[in-house]
Amino acid sequence: MDLNTSLFLVRSEAILSFSALALLLLAAWRAEAGRLVSILSVAVLVAAGAYAGHFLFAGTQSLAFSGLYSNDAFANFSKILIYFAAAMSLIIAPPFLEKAAAMRAEYPVLIVLSCVGMGLMVSAADLITLYIGLELLSLSSYVLASFARTDGRSAEAGLKYFVLGALASGILLFGASLIYGFAGSTSFAAISTALDGDISLGLTFGIVFILSGLAFKMSAAPFHMWTPDVYEGAPTPVTGYFASAPKVAATVLMIRVVTEAFGTQVMVWQQIVIVVALMSIIIGAVGAIGQQNLKRLLAYSSINNVGFILIGLAAGTEQGIAAMLVYLVIYVAMTLGSFIVLLQLKGRDGDYKESLGDIAGLSKTRPALAATFAIFMFSLAGIPPLFGFWGKLVVFDAAVAAGLFPLAVIGIAASVIGAFYYLKVVKVMYFDDAVDIIAETDDKTLVWTGGLMALVNSPVGYFSIPVLGLLSAQAAKALF
Amino acid sequence: MIQVLSFYIFAALLIASAAMVIFARNPVHSVLWLIVAFFNAAGLMVLIGAEFIAMLLVIVYVGAVAVLFLFVVMMLDIDFAELRAGFVKNVPLGLMLAVVLVAELVLGIGAYRAGAVKLGTPDGAAPVNEVPNIEAIGNLLYSKYIFLFESAGLILLVAMVGAIVLTHRKSYSAKAQNISSQTMRRPQDATRNVNQPVGQGVEL
Repeated sequence: MDLNTSLFLVRSEAILSFSALALLLLAAWRAEAGRLVSILSVAVLVAAGAYAGHFLFAGTQSLAFSGLYSNDAFANFSKILIYFAAAMSLIIAPPFLEKAAAMRAEYPVLIVLSCVGMGLMVSAADLITLYIGLELLSLSSYVLASFARTDGRSAEAGLKYFVLGALASGILLFGASLIYGFAGSTSFAAISTALDGDISLGLTFGIVFILSGLAFKMSAAPFHMWTPDVYEGAPTPVTGYFASAPKVAATVLMIRVVTEAFGTQVMVWQQIVIVVALMSIIIGAVGAIGQQNLKRLLAYSSINNVGFILIGLAAGTEQGIAAMLVYLVIYVAMTLGSFIVLLQLKGRDGDYKESLGDIAGLSKTRPALAATFAIFMFSLAGIPPLFGFWGKLVVFDAAVAAGLFPLAVIGIAASVIGAFYYLKVVKVMYFDDAVDIIAETDDKTLVWTGGLMALVNSPVGYFSIPVLGLLSAQAAKALF
Repeated sequence: MIQVLSFYIFAALLIASAAMVIFARNPVHSVLWLIVAFFNAAGLMVLIGAEFIAMLLVIVYVGAVAVLFLFVVMMLDIDFAELRAGFVKNVPLGLMLAVVLVAELVLGIGAYRAGAVKLGTPDGAAPVNEVPNIEAIGNLLYSKYIFLFESAGLILLVAMVGAIVLTHRKSYSAKAQNISSQTMRRPQDATRNVNQPVGQGVEL
């Protein structure tokens, strides 16, 4: 394949990288360019997303750069979701960052660069692409976590994330070198061929290490320890970003690695995925119960949701993977919505409130905001009329269709435990005595985006099922 | 024959010096043992015909370790007078290490002249050794892996942006001359006429 065709296929990444460089120059010459660069970055993400959409609908399916990069429906579907989440976290960020005196042009630039990394991750067809994409994302994330550098918690979150993330990258790299040593190639297709039949202990170790490294990035238990601390310390818009786009990218990468590279060793990875899924669901549900900080609560909620998503992967079927993609779309809407609500919890003293006690009786003082938050909580709990229920339904349906009854039963039982703390938030807002310390939201952007996310999560979301189902099925088919 | 001999010498010294990194009580000595370990690892790389990686080990690791060494010296509370006091006592050990390193150098060059050790490849084919390995790496890096090479460049860019974002502070104490604002200054901005009444103080 010649260079021009390859360059044509990586167009989304090319647009993002060159624009990031241009925006960085713009930021260097113009002081206080934070908002301008944010707006331009959203435009750039839309342009890159348009190319991904073009490839998705044109049904392009080919490898670029001699098999390092795969441009298929699966990658493009995920990219659109990732770019959407990134653009949303740019749109909602300015009020918070300006308050923290951290609205600098590097914030949008780093988000755009991390999107290049995530694009590489979801398009990886080779272990080297996987690693470079992952590192590009991780390194940007470490910086973003400590972006409000004058805040001690933010700096701590960044350092903690960096040290643990570097360890996880090391484990993943060790696994990748074991796989390369035993399989003799870094390309997913060649690894899949080399892994056919009985495999040696070294390869099993390689698979376990790679899956551990990826589980860390998607904050699945038992590699979730960093999540609550980093989510609590990082600036709220950045936390919203961490909980959405990178999680999508890591999950999609996990799907791609196990189906394309380890597709011939289903028995080896399936048991790992089942254990990780169950542990995430249970730890996510139980760990959240005692939390008083809303950001920590949402961190455990994201661990819990990753578990449900992995149930689809445990099924290992095309239906299961399509179900995971549907769940991811709904999950992004639920999570971003919850963080938009958190961003509106600004006290009368001008500080952002993030404790459960601060929203007591919110329904009396700010009924619209309380109703929006209640929608997201019910949706995260998977209570039927809301769209969050559909995600859980398709995932469990796929698990049952693959014959994993015990897994589905335990998952459903644990989702009842999870419902407890989501409902507790609603109870605090609606039935506790009002403390009345939350001020009116002065930023209309947050109100509108929050309303949009609530609309997606409301029963109206069910109208999107035909389109969503078709696209996710098409994306999942690209892998098999 | 010389290759086998060199292999065992390099390998034994590598393990021994790696152990000394852990067992040395003085952190500065640990760092020096680490450098010996890297040199021996580079020797092993020369033996298998990977002279480029051997060079990288010496340039990057030994270079980086030298910087690390500086940091250690700067940050730790080390009594240099005490260190120098043991100079005469340690001379034999130092000379011995120097002799070992020179001997290794000779052995390494000898082994390199004798040709690389033949290694197997996963698919059983003999490795193609027609181009030197710097050229071989360059051929792959700038053709097949160009996309990833450029992406790795982006990672370095992120590292640089991150370092600046997290550490750069606008300094308010530093004084700098702003020539354009000086020349733009007009008399009417800087001076004013005051009709000063008699018997009152001047108000600035």
